[in-house]
Amino acid sequence: MSALRPYHALLARDLRLAFRRRADLLLPLGFAVLVVLLFGIALGGTPERLAPVSAPVIWVTVLLAGFLSLDGLFRPDVDDGTLDQWLAGPTSIVGLMYAKALAHWLLYGVGLTLSTPLLAMLLNLPAELLPVMLIALGIGTLGATQIGIVAAALTARLRRSGILLALIVMPLYLPLLIFGSGAVDAVRLGESPKAALLLLAAQTVLLLTLAPPAAAAALRIGSDNPP
Amino acid sequence: MSTNAANTDVQPLLHARQLTCLRDEEPLFVPIDIDLPDGHLLVLEGRNGAGKTTLLRALLGLHPLSADELRFQGVDVLRERHPLCAGALWLGHLLALKGDLTVRENLHYSLAIGSDAEAGDVDTLCVDLGLAGYEDTPTRALSAGQRKRAALARLAASRSALWLLDEPFANLDAQGMQVVERLLATHLARGGSAMLTSHGVLPITLPATTVRLEHAR
Repeated sequence: MSALRPYHALLARDLRLAFRRRADLLLPLGFAVLVVLLFGIALGGTPERLAPVSAPVIWVTVLLAGFLSLDGLFRPDVDDGTLDQWLAGPTSIVGLMYAKALAHWLLYGVGLTLSTPLLAMLLNLPAELLPVMLIALGIGTLGATQIGIVAAALTARLRRSGILLALIVMPLYLPLLIFGSGAVDAVRLGESPKAALLLLAAQTVLLLTLAPPAAAAALRIGSDNPP
Repeated sequence: MSTNAANTDVQPLLHARQLTCLRDEEPLFVPIDIDLPDGHLLVLEGRNGAGKTTLLRALLGLHPLSADELRFQGVDVLRERHPLCAGALWLGHLLALKGDLTVRENLHYSLAIGSDAEAGDVDTLCVDLGLAGYEDTPTRALSAGQRKRAALARLAASRSALWLLDEPFANLDAQGMQVVERLLATHLARGGSAMLTSHGVLPITLPATTVRLEHAR
């Protein structure tokens, strides 16, 4: 237990900080609702036209909304000296990255996944697709967070990282998007989503293994004294 | 601390020969020698930009350095990557406090993250540092001196052998400086050592060795 104390402290701190700024926490949700509304209006709003595209649109929207939070993932820690304390301290950076990623997923991944029923309603997503959508998003956002922390760690010390972050992250989201919306599509076409969901989960497991160590290395490389 | 017990009294905690920091591969200041035994205080002097802060950061692996010899607790720092990270406590210019969190929350976090510090009673620490009554105030609402005091709590709870303190007296009032001196005195009496930076007359009376950094030009 005491070996996990630093990581638990970081997780608790990140969650507490986020809830102290509740407005910031709701921004990605507001963004997601607006994007979905724009799509719904642009597509004409008839159920027949929305049904085949609503799942992909929700997927893209959720990934984009989660992406918006990445810029603030390490920036405050760089600015107030927290990052330097991590690098100069006795605690494993990789462990801290796991805590950071878990906090981010709990706040944005789970948050956005739980808001999916609202998005689904706005896009007339057929009700039988909602369960598989929720499962796929829950797994997929965990993977997306891992991609996000590596990209955010790489750009943590850059002053204006927005576009660069997008260029790093978006291509890496592709496999998650393909199998994530593929799982929903399978159910819509009356097939089993199992294969797509398992491949999605496999990717997420792979990302969980590789991304936090990569993010830790990225933070070290970005310091004034790279290894 | 060392496996070679007979050697510990002759082996200083921190031992450096021809140590300097590098900026663009060039030495930042004239190379210095350091021999810091247990229970001693070393003061780094020098003008602004002489490299005092950079030297502390370099010892922790946050900046490139060069040295003929650099040992911490007998471990070769040049070969083993940064044994100082585990054995030293560093207080930098940036205090690593979160403005949205209260003093208590900040302290709970910073004591937990520096894993060797014991949980520590945060309320006692606050009284100790003259922050009684501010435990539940977000640190953004505190003055610069009060924030500094909050950061000093890490010293009070620390069991690290070596303290690296960057301008520990900056922003503090006379009482605050006394708090730092008291913390330092306790630490030295326990056999700990400290290295601190200063560009003026130190407001303390503890015995100290002084090393002056001169621009390498």
